[in-house]
Amino acid sequence: MAVQVRGEVLDIRRAGAYHVLSMVAPGIAEHARPGHFVALGVGGDDTSMLLRRAFSIYRTEQRGVYGGTLEIVFSVNGRGTAWLADRVRHDPIDIVGPLGRPFVLPVEPVSCVLIGGGYGAAPLFTLAEKLRDRGCRVDFVLGASSEDRVFGALDGKRISQAIAITTEDGSLGERGRVTDVLPKVIERSDASVLYSCGPMGMLEAVATMAQQYGIHSQCAVEESMACGVGVCMTCVMPVIGDDGQTRMVRSCVEGPVFRGDRVRWSDVGTVPDDCVGSPVWAESGAMSAGESTSTGSASRGAL
Amino acid sequence: MTRMRLTTPRDDAPPLPTIDMTADLASAELPNPILTASGCAAAGKELDQFFDITTLGAIVTKSVMARPRSGRATPRMAETPSGMLNSIGLQGPGIDSFIDNDLAWLRERGARTVVSIAGGSVEEYARLAARLRLVEGITAIEVNISCPNVESRGQVFACDPIAASEVIAAVRRSTMPGVPVFAKLSPDVTDIVSIAEAVVAAGADGLSMINTLLGMVIDTDTMRPALAGVTGGLSGPAIRPVAVRCVWQVHQAMPDVPILGMGGIKSGLDALEFILAGASAVSVGTTVFHDPSAPARIRDELARALADRGFTSVREAVGFAHRGHEPQPAHAGPAEDVLGEPVDIEGGLEAGAEG
Repeated sequence: MAVQVRGEVLDIRRAGAYHVLSMVAPGIAEHARPGHFVALGVGGDDTSMLLRRAFSIYRTEQRGVYGGTLEIVFSVNGRGTAWLADRVRHDPIDIVGPLGRPFVLPVEPVSCVLIGGGYGAAPLFTLAEKLRDRGCRVDFVLGASSEDRVFGALDGKRISQAIAITTEDGSLGERGRVTDVLPKVIERSDASVLYSCGPMGMLEAVATMAQQYGIHSQCAVEESMACGVGVCMTCVMPVIGDDGQTRMVRSCVEGPVFRGDRVRWSDVGTVPDDCVGSPVWAESGAMSAGESTSTGSASRGAL
Repeated sequence: MTRMRLTTPRDDAPPLPTIDMTADLASAELPNPILTASGCAAAGKELDQFFDITTLGAIVTKSVMARPRSGRATPRMAETPSGMLNSIGLQGPGIDSFIDNDLAWLRERGARTVVSIAGGSVEEYARLAARLRLVEGITAIEVNISCPNVESRGQVFACDPIAASEVIAAVRRSTMPGVPVFAKLSPDVTDIVSIAEAVVAAGADGLSMINTLLGMVIDTDTMRPALAGVTGGLSGPAIRPVAVRCVWQVHQAMPDVPILGMGGIKSGLDALEFILAGASAVSVGTTVFHDPSAPARIRDELARALADRGFTSVREAVGFAHRGHEPQPAHAGPAEDVLGEPVDIEGGLEAGAEG
């Protein structure tokens, strides 16, 4: 259950190339679980920017002096995020959350590898804490284009059994991409689950690797959204349901976390011909499949 | 010791004035004139987290077609100044699933429901209406003949008075007599009054105005269209003056035809603007993406705005802006301060109508 609150900026600080925004978010922080996200209004009351900006939740404090607080991490790449970067302590901020479906946690204390690309790593640290609480082994792989874009290396070191870092320019850790070191980490840790958040290309590579190793993957996607709450239908992706049928599902309410083997990564950005409701599907007269556009919880599964 | 004020916007609002908010959509009477806009509220469930949807005039559901439809590829939206482009392409579950799930939920929840239907042919519209005839408790049917996100732009029925009339006549014939049929019109026409007159002659009980305007954005980094569907529908406050103009023109030509006004309504004053122009009720659309609580907020803001101007009911404000020589409503108490000195605006009205 999401709520909309008028929160307040507590603090904004730089972290390498990124910004970390802390805000008081009563009623949201208390209910957030790893993988949930928030949608922030940007530009103030009379803004010309109508669309909310969605950010995964980095950390929460349930009992601050002022009530629950939460933090997000972002990179300035447009007018909306530039406005956010200009906030100062005590500025009001309109927050909707917690949104989406969080990461599914394993029932058994299995070994997990958490893979983050850039600031996409943000939700993985609270996830790591939850996994550790359940007795899981946690290994981190963090990757980015350069050192200033690797987020949370210290957090990752503190909380994990082992951490591997890759940068494309070699400025920190190994030169290359997360998937270059991932096989070694999976084998070393005898991983059963990969948790991943970052750019689409990275998620696809991680999901593919999980399938090669015959292990689970949970991927948090970053699709662009207008509303974040499930009414605008802009953030859809082709995802396979339990019945084997592909549907265009809303990544805001059925995601952002999907089972890696259920997302049709190479078809993201398209409507596959065999997708329920596609023009080709309609012509083929395929009516047998459940004529629903919802996959329910099918695409998430249990571990 | 807290210096922080942490309140939801509604907590610090003053009490609502006593005002008759009853609104009419042809034969359907609604407790207030604030509805959601089709395609901006899904089927109500998601927004029910943020406010009690049964307190709105009605929920207008996303246009449903006969069969499931995947919609267009992504990216499906682009932000524009005070607006957005969308190119969803009528994604939806199809009428059967819609009735079994969405309508069933809305009925259970006790929300008044205006069902928006869309089709690729006159027959599809008629089939949808016939299917809905069997469902009880529908407040009205809104016939979306103006979605710009269809494969063939030539199929936008609302751009052609004859095609539009055929659809409306077919839906009217297939719909229970007591259920009003509203035709949703496109502003992308040379003369919206002639389209409005045609669909009313064909049996429309009322008009929903306006659908989105066809627009386009090119991404200057990729140097390609920003939307996968190339063009999309422009909505949001950016189009409000166009929408108000359409409502004004049609109300002037046919003052007895009920209008559901929409297009960039973000506040109670915006809603009032549409009502003054001639709308009997209004739909809140794109603003919901920005502020999911907006419909309830706008309802309350409208009640205050009406009271501030001396109105005691919504009905007496409908089309008020057309009454050039009445400086204030009959019951006006404090309105003088708000409206200021009455001015002779007759000439202005003519110019506006021609404009």
